[in-house]
Amino acid sequence: MTTTTVDKAGPTRARPKYGSMKRDRAWALRWSYFFLSLFAFFFLIPPIYMFITSLKTSAEISAAKNPWWVFNPTLSNYVELLTSPAYIGFFKNSAIVSVSVVIITMLIAIPAAFALSRMRFWGSATLATGVFLTYLIPETLLFLPLFKMFAVFHELTGIQLLNRWWVLLVVYPTLTVPFCTWIMIGYFASIPKELDEAAIIDGASWLQTLTRVFVPVALPGIIAATIFAFTVSWAQFLYPIAFTTSIDQLVLPVGIITTLIKGDVFNWGQIMTGALLGAAPPLIIYAFLMDYYIAGLTAGATKG
Amino acid sequence: MADATVNAVTTQAKRARPAPRSRLRKFFERKSTIAFFMALPLILLIFTLVIYPAFYAIYLTTLNKRMTATAWMKNCTYLPDWICTYIPFGNLQFLLTRETFWMVFWQSCLFAISAVIFKALIGFVVSHFVHNVPSKGQRKWRGMLLVPWVIPAAMSTLAWQWLFDPSYSAFNWILAQFDIERVSWTGVAHWARFSVILVNVWIGAPFFMIMYLAALKSVPDQLYEAAEIDGANWWQRIWYVTLPMMRNIIAITALFSTIVTFANFDIVRILTAGGPLDRTHLFATWSFRLGIEGGDIPLGATVSLFMVPILAVAAAFILRDVTRRGNEA
Repeated sequence: MTTTTVDKAGPTRARPKYGSMKRDRAWALRWSYFFLSLFAFFFLIPPIYMFITSLKTSAEISAAKNPWWVFNPTLSNYVELLTSPAYIGFFKNSAIVSVSVVIITMLIAIPAAFALSRMRFWGSATLATGVFLTYLIPETLLFLPLFKMFAVFHELTGIQLLNRWWVLLVVYPTLTVPFCTWIMIGYFASIPKELDEAAIIDGASWLQTLTRVFVPVALPGIIAATIFAFTVSWAQFLYPIAFTTSIDQLVLPVGIITTLIKGDVFNWGQIMTGALLGAAPPLIIYAFLMDYYIAGLTAGATKG
Repeated sequence: MADATVNAVTTQAKRARPAPRSRLRKFFERKSTIAFFMALPLILLIFTLVIYPAFYAIYLTTLNKRMTATAWMKNCTYLPDWICTYIPFGNLQFLLTRETFWMVFWQSCLFAISAVIFKALIGFVVSHFVHNVPSKGQRKWRGMLLVPWVIPAAMSTLAWQWLFDPSYSAFNWILAQFDIERVSWTGVAHWARFSVILVNVWIGAPFFMIMYLAALKSVPDQLYEAAEIDGANWWQRIWYVTLPMMRNIIAITALFSTIVTFANFDIVRILTAGGPLDRTHLFATWSFRLGIEGGDIPLGATVSLFMVPILAVAAAFILRDVTRRGNEA
């Protein structure tokens, strides 16, 4: 490759064009901005359109006017939703479920990751691999057996789990714990061994080593895992639609789809408002903690 | 496994410390015992809510619709007797003889393969553009481009459904401005398939972008400088420097995405609910239709188990990659 270039450049161009590389780069930059704007536009159309529609009245939505513009902006959709007890109920259910799942996940994942990365016991290596494999099992494979299991559980013990919102506290950890454990193992493994050895020598118990040394040091990892657990449980759709049906037990995504769509009547103004408000918590977290969010996203494959 | 571990540890403890004095306490103070108890919630969770249901699903496939009796095969004299009379493949036989099943099978493959390819392509291209921009502005672009991934899929699919709406559709309005006939985005089989794939690509491409961007940043600049000095053109730099350096991440991201896309539920369920005439059903949505809405849990479970072979292959490749890199580190 080298020789051919030299040959070509040698006889034909006696004097090289200085600064051509710089000009090339300037053009590459301009094209990059152009295409990035194009892609950003494509990526942002749906949220923008959600916002546009959320400001319209039903009359304006069904009028044959330009759908991309708001002629008479109104906040009535927001007011209506935020005063509707059903919607507030969905929001509350979602919030309770997501926050509890985050707490449960952390209580399970952090000690387990500590044990698997530092303390080792019979089968711990196999278990670490198993945790990763569990993360790869999709929920669409498990919802039917789980549904039947909960029905059988009801017959045996009389405790009804189906159509109760707390059933989600039981099933969501299967989605969040394996991944959180996996990335916490990665974070804990990157902590120097001298640190916990020093703690042990100073007379700390294993539990103290975990809470006083590892948790503070691995805090960025814990934040990333928390964000992951929260967004996954906030966005989960299959389990709530399969396991809950009564309006007061629904979480946000299912609630919007089952209650705001009445038969064939789509009240699009309200649906878009509901969806936008439902998308707000993850978006706000993302806006403020983007670096942690991205760290958690890339950790699964790059930290391995 | 729990019992086995405790036994193993106990025998070890016996051998190591024959002194009977407070043997139990010693056992509980052992590092491996404490570690085991710290991991116990995780083990219980995985066994009761992941591994047990997975095997329970296999058991469910052998039952009939009401789950009262075994589902035997019918009219199967063309098979060896031991398969026909002794193996409860009734649901499997029923599925394999249905045209809808083969349609769903084909659709799932089409959906997953084309969506992953387009996600990877768009992610690759966009990550290069972001990488080109001065690092000061990269954060802003990256932040904007990741938004589709952050919005819960169910919510953004609703927005797409409204964009695709046949009568008040925002897309059809634009087409009408150019005097192009309106498209029934979710009403005609091939447009519905296109729409479903488009939404999936829209949601998933940012994930590829972020992964590939991380990989691009890990390629040392010296390699590009060396290639440039050697006279490599733009294409050669990508082919001989970028791609080999990113190969691992490209593969692992694509495999991850294959698993998630193949098992996808939200998008099809909300956008088309499998219609028109089951032309967009995937394994996941069809098993939901049969199992939860149709009340035939065994049949639904049989459908969902068809995802296992493809997922297993992808998982095996990922695992090989992850452990290999773990050994290198």
